[in-house]
Amino acid sequence: MPIQSTTPTDEPALIRRILAGETQLFYDLIRPYEKMVYVTIYAMVRNEQEAEDGAQETLVNAFRHLASFRGESKFSTWLVTIAMNEGRRRLRKSKTAAEDPLEDSADDHDGDFTPAFLTDWREIPSEALEKKEIREKLRATVQTLPPIYREVLILRDLEELNQEETAAALGIPVTTVKVRLHRARMMLQKLLVPYLKESRPARKGFFGRMSP
Amino acid sequence: MTIACKHVWEHISEYLDHQLDPLLLREIERHLENCEACSAILDSTRNVLILTADDRTFELPVGYSERLHARLRAIIQGPEPTPTNTKS
Repeated sequence: MPIQSTTPTDEPALIRRILAGETQLFYDLIRPYEKMVYVTIYAMVRNEQEAEDGAQETLVNAFRHLASFRGESKFSTWLVTIAMNEGRRRLRKSKTAAEDPLEDSADDHDGDFTPAFLTDWREIPSEALEKKEIREKLRATVQTLPPIYREVLILRDLEELNQEETAAALGIPVTTVKVRLHRARMMLQKLLVPYLKESRPARKGFFGRMSP
Repeated sequence: MTIACKHVWEHISEYLDHQLDPLLLREIERHLENCEACSAILDSTRNVLILTADDRTFELPVGYSERLHARLRAIIQGPEPTPTNTKS
Protein backbone atom coordinates (compact mmCIF):
# COMPACT_ATOMS: atom_id res chain seq x y z
CA MET A 1 0.00 0.00 0.00
CA PRO A 2 1.42 3.39 -0.86
CA ILE A 3 2.32 5.59 2.04
CA GLN A 4 -0.32 8.21 2.57
CA SER A 5 0.74 11.80 2.42
CA THR A 6 0.55 13.49 5.79
CA THR A 7 -1.75 16.04 4.22
CA PRO A 8 -4.35 14.16 2.27
CA THR A 9 -6.56 17.22 2.09
CA ASP A 10 -6.38 19.43 -0.94
CA GLU A 11 -4.84 22.41 0.79
CA PRO A 12 -4.85 24.89 -2.11
CA ALA A 13 -8.57 24.25 -2.58
CA LEU A 14 -9.23 24.61 1.14
CA ILE A 15 -7.33 27.88 1.22
CA ARG A 16 -9.26 29.24 -1.76
CA ARG A 17 -12.56 28.41 -0.09
CA ILE A 18 -11.48 29.98 3.21
CA LEU A 19 -10.47 33.15 1.41
CA ALA A 20 -13.77 33.13 -0.45
CA GLY A 21 -15.58 33.25 2.87
CA GLU A 22 -15.88 29.71 4.20
CA THR A 23 -13.80 30.68 7.20
CA GLN A 24 -14.93 27.66 9.23
CA LEU A 25 -12.68 25.52 7.03
CA PHE A 26 -9.66 27.16 8.63
CA TYR A 27 -9.91 24.64 11.47
CA ASP A 28 -9.59 21.80 8.97
CA LEU A 29 -6.67 23.47 7.28
CA ILE A 30 -4.64 23.82 10.46
CA ARG A 31 -5.64 20.62 12.23
CA PRO A 32 -2.64 18.63 10.96
CA TYR A 33 -0.27 21.40 12.09
CA GLU A 34 -1.56 22.41 15.50
CA LYS A 35 1.04 20.33 17.24
CA MET A 36 3.84 21.28 14.88
CA VAL A 37 3.31 24.95 15.63
CA TYR A 38 3.33 24.41 19.38
CA VAL A 39 6.36 22.14 19.40
CA THR A 40 8.35 24.44 17.16
CA ILE A 41 7.82 27.34 19.50
CA TYR A 42 8.16 25.27 22.66
CA ALA A 43 11.55 23.95 21.59
CA MET A 44 12.67 27.53 21.15
CA VAL A 45 11.20 29.28 24.17
CA ARG A 46 11.33 26.37 26.64
CA ASN A 47 8.20 27.38 28.43
CA GLU A 48 4.77 25.81 28.05
CA GLN A 49 2.72 28.94 28.57
CA GLU A 50 4.87 31.03 26.24
CA ALA A 51 4.71 28.27 23.66
CA GLU A 52 0.94 28.00 23.87
CA ASP A 53 0.47 31.76 23.63
CA GLY A 54 2.91 31.82 20.73
CA ALA A 55 1.11 29.00 18.95
CA GLN A 56 -2.20 30.82 19.27
CA GLU A 57 -0.61 34.00 18.00
CA THR A 58 0.93 32.14 15.07
CA LEU A 59 -2.36 30.61 13.98
CA VAL A 60 -4.27 33.85 14.45
CA ASN A 61 -1.66 35.56 12.26
CA ALA A 62 -1.88 32.77 9.73
CA PHE A 63 -5.63 33.32 9.49
CA ARG A 64 -5.31 37.06 9.19
CA HIS A 65 -2.61 36.88 6.55
CA LEU A 66 -3.81 33.84 4.68
CA ALA A 67 -4.37 35.93 1.57
CA SER A 68 -0.64 36.63 1.45
CA PHE A 69 0.14 32.91 1.17
CA ARG A 70 1.01 32.56 -2.48
CA GLY A 71 1.31 28.85 -2.69
CA GLU A 72 4.92 29.04 -3.82
CA SER A 73 5.93 27.04 -0.79
CA LYS A 74 3.93 24.41 1.02
CA PHE A 75 1.42 25.69 3.53
CA SER A 76 3.27 23.84 6.30
CA THR A 77 6.50 25.65 5.43
CA TRP A 78 4.76 28.99 5.42
CA LEU A 79 3.18 28.21 8.77
CA VAL A 80 6.39 27.02 10.38
CA THR A 81 8.11 30.20 9.22
CA ILE A 82 5.51 32.25 11.07
CA ALA A 83 5.95 30.00 14.11
CA MET A 84 9.73 30.41 14.01
CA ASN A 85 9.41 34.17 13.83
CA GLU A 86 6.97 34.14 16.71
CA GLY A 87 9.35 31.97 18.72
CA ARG A 88 12.26 34.29 18.01
CA ARG A 89 10.21 37.32 18.92
CA ARG A 90 9.30 35.76 22.25
CA LEU A 91 12.88 34.73 22.90
CA ARG A 92 14.09 38.26 22.32
CA LYS A 93 11.47 39.51 24.73
CA SER A 94 12.25 37.01 27.44
CA LYS A 95 14.94 37.35 30.03
CA THR A 96 16.57 34.09 29.01
CA ALA A 97 17.50 35.70 25.71
CA ALA A 98 20.51 37.20 27.44
CA GLU A 99 22.05 33.83 28.05
CA ASP A 100 20.90 32.42 24.74
CA PRO A 101 22.07 34.84 22.08
CA LEU A 102 20.11 34.62 18.87
CA GLU A 103 23.04 36.01 17.01
CA ASP A 104 25.04 32.89 17.61
CA SER A 105 26.51 32.61 14.15
CA ALA A 106 29.02 30.01 15.13
CA ASP A 107 28.71 28.17 11.85
CA ASP A 108 32.37 28.46 11.21
CA HIS A 109 33.73 27.09 14.45
CA ASP A 110 35.20 23.92 13.21
CA GLY A 111 35.43 22.37 16.63
CA ASP A 112 35.93 18.66 16.82
CA PHE A 113 32.58 17.08 17.35
CA THR A 114 33.87 13.92 18.82
CA PRO A 115 30.88 11.70 19.41
CA ALA A 116 30.16 9.86 22.61
CA PHE A 117 31.53 6.38 22.56
CA LEU A 118 29.49 3.51 23.71
CA THR A 119 28.72 0.07 22.64
CA ASP A 120 25.64 -0.81 24.59
CA TRP A 121 22.86 1.53 23.61
CA ARG A 122 22.19 0.37 20.16
CA GLU A 123 18.85 -1.32 19.99
CA ILE A 124 15.72 0.46 18.86
CA PRO A 125 15.00 2.48 21.95
CA SER A 126 11.51 1.19 22.53
CA GLU A 127 12.11 0.62 26.20
CA ALA A 128 13.77 4.02 26.51
CA LEU A 129 10.70 5.62 24.97
CA GLU A 130 8.55 4.19 27.70
CA LYS A 131 10.50 6.12 30.29
CA LYS A 132 9.17 9.57 30.93
CA GLU A 133 12.41 10.84 32.41
CA ILE A 134 14.29 10.01 29.24
CA ARG A 135 11.87 12.04 27.17
CA GLU A 136 12.27 14.89 29.62
CA LYS A 137 16.04 14.62 29.39
CA LEU A 138 15.84 14.72 25.62
CA ARG A 139 13.60 17.78 25.64
CA ALA A 140 15.95 19.54 28.01
CA THR A 141 18.97 18.54 25.95
CA VAL A 142 17.48 19.77 22.67
CA GLN A 143 16.92 23.08 24.37
CA THR A 144 20.54 23.42 25.42
CA LEU A 145 21.71 23.43 21.80
CA PRO A 146 22.72 26.82 20.43
CA PRO A 147 19.72 28.35 18.60
CA ILE A 148 21.07 28.03 15.07
CA TYR A 149 21.53 24.30 15.53
CA ARG A 150 18.37 23.83 17.52
CA GLU A 151 16.20 25.46 14.86
CA VAL A 152 17.47 23.18 12.13
CA LEU A 153 17.12 20.11 14.31
CA ILE A 154 13.55 21.01 15.24
CA LEU A 155 12.50 21.41 11.64
CA ARG A 156 14.34 18.43 10.22
CA ASP A 157 14.19 15.81 12.96
CA LEU A 158 11.14 16.84 14.92
CA GLU A 159 8.85 18.31 12.31
CA GLU A 160 10.43 16.16 9.64
CA LEU A 161 10.49 18.86 7.01
CA ASN A 162 12.83 18.11 4.14
CA GLN A 163 16.06 20.01 3.54
CA GLU A 164 14.57 22.40 1.03
CA GLU A 165 11.59 23.21 3.23
CA THR A 166 13.86 23.76 6.20
CA ALA A 167 16.11 26.03 4.19
CA ALA A 168 13.08 27.99 3.00
CA ALA A 169 11.59 28.29 6.49
CA LEU A 170 14.86 29.57 7.95
CA GLY A 171 15.96 31.60 4.97
CA ILE A 172 19.32 29.87 4.76
CA PRO A 173 20.98 27.81 2.01
CA VAL A 174 20.46 24.04 1.88
CA THR A 175 24.19 23.50 2.40
CA THR A 176 23.97 25.42 5.66
CA VAL A 177 21.01 23.29 6.72
CA LYS A 178 23.12 20.17 6.16
CA VAL A 179 26.11 21.47 8.09
CA ARG A 180 24.04 22.69 11.03
CA LEU A 181 21.95 19.54 11.13
CA HIS A 182 25.01 17.36 11.26
CA ARG A 183 26.45 19.35 14.12
CA ALA A 184 23.14 19.44 15.96
CA ARG A 185 22.80 15.69 15.72
CA MET A 186 26.34 15.07 16.83
CA MET A 187 25.91 17.42 19.78
CA LEU A 188 22.72 15.67 20.76
CA GLN A 189 24.34 12.27 20.49
CA LYS A 190 27.24 13.41 22.61
CA LEU A 191 25.08 15.00 25.29
CA LEU A 192 22.42 12.37 25.45
CA VAL A 193 23.99 9.03 24.87
CA PRO A 194 26.04 8.85 28.07
CA TYR A 195 22.87 9.61 29.98
CA LEU A 196 20.85 7.00 28.14
CA LYS A 197 23.54 4.50 28.72
CA GLU A 198 23.44 5.10 32.47
CA SER A 199 19.69 5.19 32.75
CA ARG A 200 19.22 2.08 30.77
CA PRO A 201 17.82 -0.74 32.85
CA ALA A 202 20.32 -3.44 33.65
CA ARG A 203 20.40 -5.92 30.87
CA LYS A 204 19.05 -9.28 31.59
CA GLY A 205 21.49 -10.62 29.11
CA PHE A 206 20.79 -12.58 26.03
CA PHE A 207 20.20 -15.85 27.77
CA GLY A 208 18.30 -14.22 30.59
CA ARG A 209 15.76 -12.96 28.08
CA MET A 210 15.33 -16.36 26.62
CA SER A 211 14.56 -18.02 29.93
CA PRO A 212 10.91 -18.39 30.96
CA MET B 1 41.74 1.84 0.90
CA THR B 2 40.57 2.47 4.42
CA ILE B 3 39.09 5.59 5.85
CA ALA B 4 39.62 6.94 9.34
CA CYS B 5 36.96 6.91 12.05
CA LYS B 6 36.91 10.69 12.15
CA HIS B 7 36.09 10.75 8.47
CA VAL B 8 33.14 8.44 9.09
CA TRP B 9 31.78 10.68 11.86
CA GLU B 10 31.77 13.62 9.49
CA HIS B 11 29.30 11.80 7.30
CA ILE B 12 26.96 10.24 9.85
CA SER B 13 24.23 12.76 9.23
CA GLU B 14 24.33 12.31 5.46
CA TYR B 15 24.49 8.58 5.95
CA LEU B 16 21.29 8.66 8.02
CA ASP B 17 19.62 10.85 5.40
CA HIS B 18 20.73 8.56 2.56
CA GLN B 19 22.59 11.38 0.91
CA LEU B 20 26.01 9.87 0.42
CA ASP B 21 27.31 9.26 -3.04
CA PRO B 22 27.64 5.56 -3.80
CA LEU B 23 31.42 5.47 -3.69
CA LEU B 24 31.72 7.07 -0.26
CA LEU B 25 28.79 5.05 0.98
CA ARG B 26 30.57 1.85 0.09
CA GLU B 27 33.74 2.96 1.86
CA ILE B 28 31.84 3.92 4.95
CA GLU B 29 29.89 0.70 5.02
CA ARG B 30 33.08 -1.25 4.72
CA HIS B 31 34.50 0.72 7.63
CA LEU B 32 31.36 0.16 9.71
CA GLU B 33 31.54 -3.56 9.22
CA ASN B 34 34.93 -3.62 10.87
CA CYS B 35 34.62 -0.85 13.40
CA GLU B 36 32.52 -1.53 16.45
CA ALA B 37 32.96 2.00 17.81
CA CYS B 38 31.76 3.75 14.67
CA SER B 39 28.82 1.47 14.14
CA ALA B 40 27.78 2.04 17.77
CA ILE B 41 27.99 5.79 17.24
CA LEU B 42 25.88 5.49 14.14
CA ASP B 43 23.26 3.32 15.87
CA SER B 44 23.07 5.54 18.92
CA THR B 45 22.71 8.66 16.81
CA ARG B 46 19.89 7.02 14.92
CA ASN B 47 18.28 6.06 18.22
CA VAL B 48 18.52 9.61 19.51
CA LEU B 49 16.73 10.79 16.38
CA ILE B 50 14.02 8.16 16.79
CA LEU B 51 13.49 9.46 20.32
CA THR B 52 13.42 13.04 19.08
CA ALA B 53 10.78 12.31 16.47
CA ASP B 54 8.63 10.28 18.83
CA ASP B 55 5.26 11.89 19.43
CA ARG B 56 5.56 11.41 23.16
CA THR B 57 8.79 13.38 23.47
CA PHE B 58 7.16 16.71 22.81
CA GLU B 59 3.60 16.58 24.04
CA LEU B 60 0.83 19.10 23.89
CA PRO B 61 -0.50 20.57 27.13
CA VAL B 62 -3.92 19.24 28.14
CA GLY B 63 -6.66 21.40 26.62
CA TYR B 64 -4.33 23.06 24.11
CA SER B 65 -6.55 22.46 21.12
CA GLU B 66 -9.71 23.62 22.89
CA ARG B 67 -8.08 26.86 23.99
CA LEU B 68 -6.62 27.41 20.55
CA HIS B 69 -9.97 26.92 18.87
CA ALA B 70 -11.67 29.23 21.33
CA ARG B 71 -9.15 31.94 20.53
CA LEU B 72 -9.52 31.37 16.80
CA ARG B 73 -13.29 31.38 17.02
CA ALA B 74 -13.17 34.89 18.40
CA ILE B 75 -11.06 36.00 15.44
CA ILE B 76 -12.73 34.04 12.70
CA GLN B 77 -16.25 35.01 13.66
CA GLY B 78 -15.27 38.62 14.15
CA PRO B 79 -15.06 40.64 17.32
CA GLU B 80 -17.69 39.98 19.92
CA PRO B 81 -20.07 42.92 20.23
CA THR B 82 -18.84 44.99 23.13
CA PRO B 83 -21.39 46.48 25.47
CA THR B 84 -19.83 49.93 25.19
CA ASN B 85 -20.07 49.97 21.42
CA THR B 86 -23.74 49.98 20.65
CA LYS B 87 -23.49 52.06 17.51
CA SER B 88 -23.32 50.11 14.35
